[in-house]
Order: sequence, then structure tokens, then C-alpha cells
Amino acid sequence: MANLSMTVNGKPVTANVDPRTLLVQFLREHLRLTGTHVGCDTSQCGACVVHLDGKAVKACTTLALSCEGASVTTIEGLADGTALHPMQEAFREHHGLQCGFCTPGMIMSAVDIVNRRGHDLDEKTIREDLDGNICRCTGYHNIVKAIAAGAAAMAGGSVKDPVPPRQAAE
Amino acid sequence: MYAFTYHRPATARQAASLLARKEDAKLLAGGHTLLPTMKQRLASPGALVDLGSCADLRGIARKGRNLVIGAMATHAEVAASPEVREAIPALAYLAGHIGDPHVRNRGTIGGSVANNDPAADYPAALLALGATVVTNKRKLPAGEFFTGLYETALEEGEIIVKVSFPVASRAGYAKFRNPASRYALVGVFVAKRGGEIAVAVTGAGEGGVFRWPEAEAALRARFAPKSLDGLAHTAKGINSDIHADAEYRAHLIGVMAKQAVAQATGKA
Repeated sequence: MANLSMTVNGKPVTANVDPRTLLVQFLREHLRLTGTHVGCDTSQCGACVVHLDGKAVKACTTLALSCEGASVTTIEGLADGTALHPMQEAFREHHGLQCGFCTPGMIMSAVDIVNRRGHDLDEKTIREDLDGNICRCTGYHNIVKAIAAGAAAMAGGSVKDPVPPRQAAE
Repeated sequence: MYAFTYHRPATARQAASLLARKEDAKLLAGGHTLLPTMKQRLASPGALVDLGSCADLRGIARKGRNLVIGAMATHAEVAASPEVREAIPALAYLAGHIGDPHVRNRGTIGGSVANNDPAADYPAALLALGATVVTNKRKLPAGEFFTGLYETALEEGEIIVKVSFPVASRAGYAKFRNPASRYALVGVFVAKRGGEIAVAVTGAGEGGVFRWPEAEAALRARFAPKSLDGLAHTAKGINSDIHADAEYRAHLIGVMAKQAVAQATGKA
């Protein structure tokens, strides 16, 4: 067992963990933050994406102990009280989910895309950068729409009337 | 995963000492090969020495005619680095097309090179650019470093500190990637440095990364995609698996080589 301390969603946490504990296990089983999901467990599907010191990573392929002293943000850390984060709101508004299993990872990836590439995202950029997130329900049409809208909303734009992604690309 | 003890040194020197002292210890860089392998119980090190806090293994800098990249530089850092984009844009392009964005935030150049996966991207760049792998003990030219499938010249207790790339006048990389794993089904890196031309192929060889001398000779006459017209790589010694057979991969080598030259000459 080894001592671990990090900041999760702004709160300091400490624990004594088996070195084998993955970040996603630590979040789900120790902290009971079950919004971060385990899909494939082989770093393919992206259901476990969280932000580690501001960068999107797959929590199923990161040891909890590797995150000593780091700051982690999970899907639970995005909303401001009862007010959804603009990206969450955009997913709701644009029906960017069906079963919802991949959604936490999709949203954490989406916020990461905005952090890296800004608020004016075209469809191609979004689709390329969603390379590490898999949705098994339907496809990506509404997810891509939601991310374009959410990106604009994060800049203070309107979520309800986003520029359609295809048009933005032209 | 089988149990292991975990160690987090602050310097490469401390890491080397832990590696020597601990029974059956392995280095952990980005962990995107080692951790999945441990989950499958294909590897079961007794100790992990995590290089994540070794500040002396990080950093990217232009030093005269060389571009020097710390072993723990992530693929995302290499892809976004202004120094890399200025000195060897093809290397930034390569790093930006490894795995997916999340993988690129964890995976490192040192980890990729040390693992020498036959379908990894970096080995082709190191070989074509004539890079030098600098360890805590010595300097190894890329041509001597990669010795076979998942095999390198690294000895027990040796740690990659940085990789030094001589800046090429022209370079290009093209890969046909496996859509699921994003590894190279075939990847070709071409580099021109003065009159020296190198063509390195990854993803295809039974023994891992290799150079293609016939293509190099053809490009020496004229460094243009057209110079490779009619040149086909033999299927002998090329991998066959469920993703592609040897003939298909051999054909792709020619196609990717042309695309890489087109990129290097600004005609892509």
C-alpha cells in the first residue's frame, strides 16, 4: 500500500492505495465518483476520460499513484452547483447522447478540444479530435453538433442557435 | 495485474539507482503499452520506477544543428512544440498522428523508442533522420539502437535520457494506419540532409523498422515522388497478419513512400 494525495474537482483528497489502483478505480471505487466510466479498459473507447492537470487522459491507463500531487477534474466537477456546464447543456439541448454511457468521456474530451483549439470548431476538427472516443449507440452526428454549440457557448455565445458545423467549416 | 512496488524518483540518476537495486524492476514512462500489458498479465514486473517526476528527462530544445527532445516529452508536447515545428515539421506531424489526443497526452518518445513496437511511428523517424539515442551511459546511433522486434541495444539498467535529431533540409512522413489501433500498418519516413537521403519503413518489417536502399538510390538521382515510379518493394520479409498480408503491405510501402516524399517537397 502507498499513500496518495491529489486534488479532485478542487478538493484535496488523500488515501492509502494498492499500487495497482488505476486512476479510474480510485475515482470510482475510493471516491465514489462514478460518472467516469470504464468501457473497454484498453484505452480505446474514451469512456474514462478525465482531465489530469488540465489535459485529457484515459483514466483506465493511468496509475492513481502517477497522479500524486496532480489536479484531476471529472465530469462531476464541470457543473457549477445545479447549473450545467455549457458543454453539458449543449449535449442536452442537441440530444448528443442515447444510452449515455460514453457521454462523460465525450464531454470531457469536448472541453479539452475547446481548451486546445478554441471556440470556433468546424466539423472536421471535432470529428478528428474525437478519435479517442467511441459511441456504440448511433453515431456521432448530434455529438458533433453539440460540441460545436458547446464550444461557442463556452465563449459566451448562444447554445440554442449555434452555427451548424458544416457551415462553420466553409 | 500482479502486485508490484511503486517508486517515483525525481531524477534520472535516482531512477537508475532504483532500477539497479529493485528486483525485477521496469521503467514506467507514459504507460500506454506497459500498463495494458500488465493488465493482460503478459508482464509482471516486481517494481515500477515511474519516470513521471524526473524533470531532467523533459524538455525540447534546438541546440545548433540538432533538435533535442527529452525522453519524457509526450507526443502532444512534440506535436505542439514551436521548436519541432520549425526545425523538423514532419516530426511534429508524426507525433500528432500517434494514437488519439488522450494517448498523446501520456505517451512519450522515450517510451515508444525503448519499446520498439514494430508498428510504432517514432522508430522510422529516428532511423531516417539519423538520430542519436542518448542514455544515462552512452550515445547510440538509431541504426544500432533498433535491433529487432521489441528489441533494442539498451542494456539492463540503461535509461534513455533524450533523443537528438540532426535537422534535415527536407523530411516527410506518411502512414496508412490501422483504424482501430491507430498504429502504422505501414509508415514511411523520408529525410534529406545535404546529399544524404534515408527512407525508413515501420509497420511492415518482420524484424521491425528498416531502411529501403533502392528507394534511397532512386531519390538520390532526384528527390521527387516521380523518382519512385515503378519501384516496388518485395513482399519477402514483410509481415502478414489479420490486418494485411505481405503483398498488400509491400505495395503500401511504395505508396506511403511517395506520399512522404510529396510531403517533404511540399507537393502533398
